[in-house]
Amino acid sequence: MEKVYVIGVGMTKVGEHWEKSLRELFVEAGLKAMKDAGVERDDIEAVIVGNMSSGFMQGQEHLGPLMSTYLGLRGVAAAKVESACGSGGIAFHYAFLSIASGLYDCILVGGVEKMTDVATPDVLSALIMADDQEYVASTGITFAGLNALVYREYMKKYGVKQEDIALFSVHDHKYAKNNPYAQFPFEVTLEQVMSSPLVADPIRLLESSPISDGAAALILCNEKKARLLGKEILIEVAGSAVATDILSPYEREDLTTLFATRKAAEKAFKMAKVAPSDINVMEVHDAYSILGPMHLEDLGFAKKGEGIFLVKEGEIEKDGKIPTNMSGGLKARGHPVGATGIYQIAEIVLQLRGEAGENQVSNAEIGLAQSVGGVGSSVAVNILRRVR
Amino acid sequence: MVQSVPRVWREQKYKYRLIGTKCEKCGSIFYPPKKICLKCGSEKMEEVKLPEEGILENYTIIHYPTRDFTYNPPIVVGLIRLTNGVRILAQVVDIDPSEVKEGLQLRAVFRRLREQGEDGVIEYGLKFRPKEE
Repeated sequence: MEKVYVIGVGMTKVGEHWEKSLRELFVEAGLKAMKDAGVERDDIEAVIVGNMSSGFMQGQEHLGPLMSTYLGLRGVAAAKVESACGSGGIAFHYAFLSIASGLYDCILVGGVEKMTDVATPDVLSALIMADDQEYVASTGITFAGLNALVYREYMKKYGVKQEDIALFSVHDHKYAKNNPYAQFPFEVTLEQVMSSPLVADPIRLLESSPISDGAAALILCNEKKARLLGKEILIEVAGSAVATDILSPYEREDLTTLFATRKAAEKAFKMAKVAPSDINVMEVHDAYSILGPMHLEDLGFAKKGEGIFLVKEGEIEKDGKIPTNMSGGLKARGHPVGATGIYQIAEIVLQLRGEAGENQVSNAEIGLAQSVGGVGSSVAVNILRRVR
Repeated sequence: MVQSVPRVWREQKYKYRLIGTKCEKCGSIFYPPKKICLKCGSEKMEEVKLPEEGILENYTIIHYPTRDFTYNPPIVVGLIRLTNGVRILAQVVDIDPSEVKEGLQLRAVFRRLREQGEDGVIEYGLKFRPKEE
């Protein structure tokens, strides 16, 4: 297997981009990534686009040739990868494979979502397509509602209070404040979170990731290409794994353990030959506050029911044991669903390069990004390491 | 959702009559119906009628619904443990959302689920309501 390096990152600010289209966002991120990597159009052999819902929200499919056309990359291999809210992280896994296999020397992988083109009820219709249309969406439940069932079960099973779980939103906002790409670069208090309106009981508005537009892109290459480009700092993809679970969470034996996260993490750690204690910085997929502590547990950083202690004891802060969501997470950086997994990896790359500004974790060498589709139905865990 | 008659038509039996599948090998029962057992992997599955009564195990109250349900918030959706132990997801109706609580005894009732826009078909199926004493 060829070694795989991330040599370029490009992001648009996450937010409400009324004046920019799906393709414009992707092209903006793609060109930034190429410039950052120092590669030319001729270097790019393939384009992989992570996206969840362009068919429903823009009436637009076939994003491979759409994006390659607008990037001026006629002729390259190109296709969309879809895995609901995990599209970005899972697209990255397949991009990794395409270099690791030895077939390509240099490719572009990006993620894009443009959610403000449609009204909120239509965004909610798009998001519930992550679960079963016939037997779940037809009950009237929303995606937030599915997570609300998990939330209630978790509080009951482990005797954890909502006030403690909601701290994850406060944490995310604290770090988003210093992230120039974040949708909500300001702090919120626990009181504000707890008094915000109910979205799907018990989940409140400020415990939910927002409706966002955004695109992020990465340039991946092999050893040969990296040497040719003469990179001073080099970030290697040390481990990359994807796992799935039974699609609908209520059909699983336990709502409060995300089996696919455990399985993907186990595989990625093994491949990277590292343990959770080796990770210096991490991005987790906290689409709702409850998922934050659950991911800390299922990724191997805490026992079940104890994820919240890491939050309360400062262990996920910049100077803690496992600095988490230094970007502001899904809650406050924003969650342009199919792009989020690529944002996470871009943010980890900046951390490992020492370019994360005020949120920089000192001397970060190994980072992890977890991207989730549905309620833990598909999960990508990617581990990056600075090798030079 | 895009309008479609066949998509609704082919699920009628399972949705109207609450038909699941049972593994002939290990006895596990699934709803929605499956052709391969999630427990033991057997492909020997038979259709079975599920009981129409159960207990509310967990629930949420939807305040911001999807496009198909904008006519009727708040909507209560529950995880219901049927009397044979199978857990299903269904809307809970004929009760004030503020009175919903875990442990409620429920019974299935045939109701309208959603309409496919102004001129599409109406989808029907089962919802659950409090069981009369």
